[in-house]
Amino acid sequence: MKRFSDIELMLKSVHYRKALLKYIKIAKAGHTGGSLSSTDILNVLYNDVLNVSPENFGDPNRDRYVQSKGHSVESLYVVLADKGFYPESDLETLCRFKSKYVGHPTRKVNGIEFNTGGLGHGLPISAGIALAGKKDKAPYKVFTLLGDGELAEGSNWEGAMMAAHYKLDNLTAILDHNSLQITGRNRDVCSPYPIDKKFEAFGWKVVIVDGNNIPELRKVLNATPAEEGKPTLVIANTVKGKGVSYMEDVKKWHHGVPSDEEYKQAIAELDSQEAELKKQLETVNS
Amino acid sequence: MSLKALELGKANLEEFSATMIELAEKDSKILAVTSDSRGSGKLVSYAEKLPEQIVEVGIAEQNLVGVAAGLASTGKSVFAVSPACFLATRSLEQIKNDVAYSNYPVSLIGISAGVSYGALGTTHHSLHDIAALRAMHNMQIVIPADNFETREVITYAAQSEKPIFIKFGKKNMPHLPRVNKKFEIGKASVICEGSDVAFIACGETVAPAYEAARLLEEKGISAEVVSMHTISPLDEAAILKLASKCKAIITVEEHSVHGGLGEACAAVLLQNQAIVPFKIVGIPDEDTVPGSQGEIFDYYGISGEGLTKTALNLLK
Ligand SMILES: Cc1ncc(C[n+]2csc(CCOP(=O)(O)OP(=O)(O)O)c2C)c(N)n1
Ligand SMILES: [Mg+2]
Repeated sequence: MKRFSDIELMLKSVHYRKALLKYIKIAKAGHTGGSLSSTDILNVLYNDVLNVSPENFGDPNRDRYVQSKGHSVESLYVVLADKGFYPESDLETLCRFKSKYVGHPTRKVNGIEFNTGGLGHGLPISAGIALAGKKDKAPYKVFTLLGDGELAEGSNWEGAMMAAHYKLDNLTAILDHNSLQITGRNRDVCSPYPIDKKFEAFGWKVVIVDGNNIPELRKVLNATPAEEGKPTLVIANTVKGKGVSYMEDVKKWHHGVPSDEEYKQAIAELDSQEAELKKQLETVNS
Repeated sequence: MSLKALELGKANLEEFSATMIELAEKDSKILAVTSDSRGSGKLVSYAEKLPEQIVEVGIAEQNLVGVAAGLASTGKSVFAVSPACFLATRSLEQIKNDVAYSNYPVSLIGISAGVSYGALGTTHHSLHDIAALRAMHNMQIVIPADNFETREVITYAAQSEKPIFIKFGKKNMPHLPRVNKKFEIGKASVICEGSDVAFIACGETVAPAYEAARLLEEKGISAEVVSMHTISPLDEAAILKLASKCKAIITVEEHSVHGGLGEACAAVLLQNQAIVPFKIVGIPDEDTVPGSQGEIFDYYGISGEGLTKTALNLLK
């Protein structure tokens, strides 16, 4: 895998955010907020952690990524396009009639392991893949991305209990902890807290990280299992709508689609983040 | 031409939420239970007006139905509201045991039903719920066609002493004409009368069936359209009457062709030796084509033109 510098990866995140907004705008549909909060996590996974590429996608020893919070499919679609699984321009058909790029992950799209979108499925599925890895003494690791609202689904806790029982330390669940779901703050809707203590009590090792910080994510996600013999939960503290000022931490952007004016402003903000990063890159290179 | 073009009403979803507010303001026993679904269920203003009459359980549909059953067992009038795709799938065992088998009168409200979320993929389609729930004793199943039927069935459900599953979509629905403007659970509602071919439809497919009746009328073919809003208990007498009155029967539903309204009608016909040319129109057994609800309907012939063609073929 090509080794990217932190700034190169940060530039990629800006590109992903611009791209996913573009395709959501064209489709007039999408899960904007959760795609933006998880962009940095997916970036680091696919560009720095997972040994997954179009070339090895059929290899039984490839790492596995299962997106449990399937609704944030737009960030996944743009990252997979950048990895070369398909041309990014395919995403112009997002959510269109007969397009395989439907609004949740589907195996019809190259690079995707599981059809998700109903919440609360990724952890049990990933535990199954991890268990097979243990049985086969396979070298791969398994990662899944959960939403914090999603934690209310009981299947997560069933999977968590079983994963610890089988000592699945090849399994890492990443929690996109943006503290919002559709109705509002998780703590007001039906509180999942304390999340860390619950998972610890279930037998997991819990690590907390700034989920929109590329260098920190690289460190944590490349250091799994955090404890041998235990599955790892990475609580990634993120901002829903990250990167676009008026979307940040505002619940209506869960599945909001920007107007023409809003879209222009979003791209302008991301352009200026990009210009700033390019300047930094030049200073580093000179 | 006698069959008139239809006037557009609001979404059945909107009519549901308006009815809920009216009923709940008058009856504090009414509770809505939601699973991060009050936005999709258009219950935000309900929640603001009646904060004591909404219970939020988080994104947990099994919990939703279990909690609803518990609340209902104490005499409350409980509406468990969640997208149909999760409600009749994730919580199926809770529906079977806690609601149907235990026989507590929970009103299960499946919003954005069928392929209302067509472009979101199969995780978000609900094309199996009639099949699953029709096989459960005690479960009433009602799929309203327009705003009128929606209001009537929600009003009925608030008082019903038995479990009921109700589903509808989120697109604006036309106001349908009715031969007899009355709504009765378990009784088909005749939208227009005819003698050549009968369309037995439910939910959001009744309007396209009516469109087909209009197109067929232009060709000199007389079509009857009934809204079979109640799938359980099924109006067997109405089905048999149509078999003797019309030369062919076409069923139409936003559901898999397996186990839905069509097969329910076929069973009634066959077991009563009522053999007529018969066709089930619904979503075939294949990877459902993604797209908007309208695009999916057109693709599978659930449209005025598609159903006209089906009728002409069947009458040949
Ligand atoms: C089983 C199931 N129930 C409900 C939904 C509808 N739904 C989609 S996203 C969402 C909110 C998710 O919130 P969270 O997990 O916090 O995700 P994020 O904030 O990262 O977008 C809900 C309720 C679903 N997709 N699956
Ligand atoms: Mg969240």
